[in-house]
Amino acid sequence: MSFDDIKLLLTNKFGESVITGEEYTGMQPALLIDPDRIAEVCLELRDNPKTYFDFLSCLTGIDYGIDSGRFGVVYNLSSIPYHLQLTLKVSKENNRNEEELPSFPSVTSVYRTADWHEREAFDLVGIFFEGHPDLRRILLPDDWEGYPLRKDYKTAEYYKGIKID
Amino acid sequence: MITISKYNEALNRYNKKIADASVEDMVLNMGPQHPSTHGVLRLELITDGEIVKEVIPHIGYLHRCFEKHAESLTYQQTIPLNDRMDYLSTMNNSHAWVMGVERMLGIDKDIPKRIEYIRVLVCELNRIASHLIAIGTYGIDIGAFTPFLWCFTDREHIMGMLEWASGSRMLYNYIWVGGLFYDLPVGFEERCREFVDYFKPKMVELNQLLTNNQIFISRTANVGVLPLDVAINYGCSGPVLRGSGLKYDLRRIDNYSAYPELDFDIPVGKGEMGTVGDCWDRYKVRVDEIDQSLKMVEQCLDRLQKELKRTPEFDPRAKLPRKITPKAQDYYMRAEGAKGELGFYFIADGRSEIPFRAKARGPSFNNLSVLPVISKNVMIADLIAIVGSIDFVLGEVDR
Repeated sequence: MSFDDIKLLLTNKFGESVITGEEYTGMQPALLIDPDRIAEVCLELRDNPKTYFDFLSCLTGIDYGIDSGRFGVVYNLSSIPYHLQLTLKVSKENNRNEEELPSFPSVTSVYRTADWHEREAFDLVGIFFEGHPDLRRILLPDDWEGYPLRKDYKTAEYYKGIKID
Repeated sequence: MITISKYNEALNRYNKKIADASVEDMVLNMGPQHPSTHGVLRLELITDGEIVKEVIPHIGYLHRCFEKHAESLTYQQTIPLNDRMDYLSTMNNSHAWVMGVERMLGIDKDIPKRIEYIRVLVCELNRIASHLIAIGTYGIDIGAFTPFLWCFTDREHIMGMLEWASGSRMLYNYIWVGGLFYDLPVGFEERCREFVDYFKPKMVELNQLLTNNQIFISRTANVGVLPLDVAINYGCSGPVLRGSGLKYDLRRIDNYSAYPELDFDIPVGKGEMGTVGDCWDRYKVRVDEIDQSLKMVEQCLDRLQKELKRTPEFDPRAKLPRKITPKAQDYYMRAEGAKGELGFYFIADGRSEIPFRAKARGPSFNNLSVLPVISKNVMIADLIAIVGSIDFVLGEVDR
């Protein structure tokens, strides 16, 4: 199954609007997906007998920089039976207000491995995942302030009143 | 200070759960300082007597912001930090990173064969060392002390050889983008062959002592059974996935580096002593992988001593790029580390020598996430057996 076949399969099932764009810049082409429907798309790709993308290799939360004002999540899927790889991307604009984090649907119901990956993205990049069963910080302490992998993150000087050297 | 917002809803729910559990059951902290957690892992157990009702892993005690550091260092400068992720199989880490960068630069086809073979040789040696630790410490978890000492003695030979090649005992920084730090020292191949001949009978002894030991089998067979569909859904890879019976090895699937030219099998769990996917299967896969790695080491040595022999004019740094500036692209590189699928997701902006974003996908991180599922309603002693059989390195879990 080629990249174009997968695209066709998704547009046939969900309509044209589900794919908002494509990226051919590198060696691994990527599909840009409508953020609200990512979980359905993943479920279809996982269960369709022609694709069987049953393995979520990697899930990355990304801050695209202060100028662009966008946050995104990249899903690297791989299909064990067919030895295929596929990159899906979702992104949203956000004003960097910490009261209003960028929010995407969680794919935990499709791939349980996304549980910890999404917690990590929440912890380090500050992306909220709707429908995640247990979205707590994972690598940093629960009371940590700020999201270190954001491009505008200022290194904390104090933690609980203790100076960090 | 308790603020009510949807961002700390889960935290409040968790706190309430622990508070409620403390009334009826006992909440027990295992770790972070406990020898059988293999590092600084804290497991919060909700126990009813000896029965573990639930396990809540807490990680992050060894978090060193790898991804943040990678955003301020060049691709070449990140290699030493890479080594500190899975510090037991350092060569495999840098190999994966370096291959990713080389592919983005488009120079991966120009790497001389001798360099590819040296890379595979040191990676497989390092894989043996990592599996030896896994086996040795697993023995000690279960109560067998001798294999631990044997494994560490044999591992010391590998450490010595890799130190000879790279100048460092554990954190090598040996594989560089486009080449190697140095060629192998003169006499390395002979010494390595000596080690292989010495080590093969040692594995037989180890099998007699531990693998087929009835006490060991009773402690591990039918314990912590991980069904294949759960393993895939939880993103398990490496020996944990193969222990559940799936022949899936990225060295064969992706055919990178010199692996397509090498002959090796992929051992899988067969449920010889109990159920497919139990702790014994995962352990056995590692033991069998050592044999396969030895086979690969021998094949590499054959070629390195014959057609790819060292010549005085061979320079492993000849192909090093002066400036590493990949064109703007995203690339996900995956390779088979000692613990499983080791992935790096790069975002290059095309202008600078520093990645815009580099995400590391540690195999241990995903393998560990399956722990709460397979250790539901087990005895506390069995939990130790399960934790040991997953064989994670906290340096890679926390990054």
